[in-house]
Amino acid sequence: MSAPALEAVDVTRAYEMEGVRVQALKGVSLTIGQGEYAAILGPSGSGKSTLMHLLGALDRPSTGVLRVGGRDVASLDDSALAELRNEHIGFVFQSFHLLARTTAVDNVGMPLMYRGVPRAERRARAVAALERVGLGHRLGHRPNQMSGGEQQRVAIARALVGEPQLVLADEPTGNLDTRTGEEVMDLLERLNAEQGVAVVLVTHEPDVAERARRQIYIRDGLIERDTAA
Amino acid sequence: MRTSELLGVAFEALRANRTRSLLTMLGVIIGVWAVVVLVAIGGGARDMVEGEIEGLGSNIIFVVPGEFGLDSGGPTVSRLDLEDTRELRRIAGEDAVTAGLNSSEVVRAGSREVFASLLGADENVANVYVRPLARGRHLTEIDVETRRRVAVLGSQAAERLFGEVDPLGRQVTIGGGRFRVVGVFEEVGQTFGQSRDNEVQVPLTTAQRMLGVTRVDYMAVRAADADAVEPLQARLVAALESRHQGERYSAVTQTQLLGTIGTVLGALTGVLAAIAAISLLVGGVGVSNIMLVSVRERTREIGLRKAVGARQRDVLAQFLVEAVLLTSTGGVLGIALGVGTALAIAALSPVPAVIAWWSPVLAFTVSAAVGVFFGVMPARRAGRLDPVVALRSD
Repeated sequence: MSAPALEAVDVTRAYEMEGVRVQALKGVSLTIGQGEYAAILGPSGSGKSTLMHLLGALDRPSTGVLRVGGRDVASLDDSALAELRNEHIGFVFQSFHLLARTTAVDNVGMPLMYRGVPRAERRARAVAALERVGLGHRLGHRPNQMSGGEQQRVAIARALVGEPQLVLADEPTGNLDTRTGEEVMDLLERLNAEQGVAVVLVTHEPDVAERARRQIYIRDGLIERDTAA
Repeated sequence: MRTSELLGVAFEALRANRTRSLLTMLGVIIGVWAVVVLVAIGGGARDMVEGEIEGLGSNIIFVVPGEFGLDSGGPTVSRLDLEDTRELRRIAGEDAVTAGLNSSEVVRAGSREVFASLLGADENVANVYVRPLARGRHLTEIDVETRRRVAVLGSQAAERLFGEVDPLGRQVTIGGGRFRVVGVFEEVGQTFGQSRDNEVQVPLTTAQRMLGVTRVDYMAVRAADADAVEPLQARLVAALESRHQGERYSAVTQTQLLGTIGTVLGALTGVLAAIAAISLLVGGVGVSNIMLVSVRERTREIGLRKAVGARQRDVLAQFLVEAVLLTSTGGVLGIALGVGTALAIAALSPVPAVIAWWSPVLAFTVSAAVGVFFGVMPARRAGRLDPVVALRSD
């Protein structure tokens, strides 16, 4: 098997908040393999959001080594980090983060725009991604013309369109009712199983986390328990 | 990202906020509009004056007493007389010099009267100036030598005095004396805002006797061609100044006259356009302000774009293109409005509008540059946003 999708070795992250030093992560080591399906659990303030930002290459650790797609993020500048995210990570957010007044196809195709993919190819790949999440009939719809579940599926299609190694889903069911939430989880599981894309869920809901094959519990900036360990 | 992609994204963003975009553009629109109109009208006014002066005839030198210039002080009492005219004729040619004596007189015909500008002129007046006749004849040498009481009427004076009746051969009364109408000029329009169609020409000698003077006010000399103008000017002035020791004379060409008027009109246009350009700057500040608001409003969008792979320069370019699209669209609308207004003014008033090719080009370039200048700061701010912070904002 090739390099793991994510690899963190004794990662810490500290912030200056109004002059006060906050140690959000105190030394986290974990590895997410190719095609893995894991959930990161923890109460709010546990440092799981900070960990998610680091794993998504949106941020750099204060100390320790973090490798995303085999590359050490500490050695990358902002542009290279953006390219790394574009290539290796797909994001799914609690509040969908779709562009309003923009069709599903254009929302999904956006990551490819930053990769320099020409318009026609972008559209074709966006349509294919939307069909994979069961939204082949919603191509020209705008976010406000779709239900919450549909919007989250558009977001999942956007996360997948660039064929990343890893999808990072931050509370993906947090804004959905139970049934739609389960549908979204089913979809993520299916994509993980069928396409081999690693999925990391970040959640505080044990019900959601239990569906993953591996659970990583975070508390006070440290890994409290990792079912894979 | 490709430029066409950037333009598409920027266009969508501006269209999403149509009213705000239009209001933001308004500052630029008004600025460009004002500049285009003022430059067009300024250029038109200059062309009009130049056209009027050129309409007098080509290569004409005006010989007047005193110094010519914007700072020449008050008017000078003329010491020129018919002897001087004869002297200048020896230099420039017999029929190339015409002398003039100006006055304003009430001219009557029956019960009608007009207040006309009276010009004492000689037989060369039609050789030096371009002044076509509608009817009859010009003044002749005999008219001048024998101090005949004949008059040639401007078209407007003729119309007011005689209406539909043919004035040829009829009598008019000028300053108590009776004159016979021998000619009527064609309509020529205005010079310096004064209608030359209200002019009445009588023989110079007749006018001198009527006014009790021996002077002439000025002489107009036509040079053979453009190259002959400059040497002739010097010779005319030298001849007059040697005849009248201690006096100063000026020989002014149309070009010099035009230059002086052009300088005045140019300065005036420049000042007005500069004032208008200030509103363009104020418009730019408005664009900057709205772009800052827009960056703040769209923080989450920026965060998302960065999360999915937009680099700092992609986001910067997006907002910069948006600002430039805003101001250059404003520029185009301003140019269209300005050209329209200038054409309307040209149609409704005697001032023609001249839309120089460079004026819209410059206006467009400047408005685009305003976009770059005032868009850079908000765009940099957008580009530098930390995606973690941007995604979290609500």
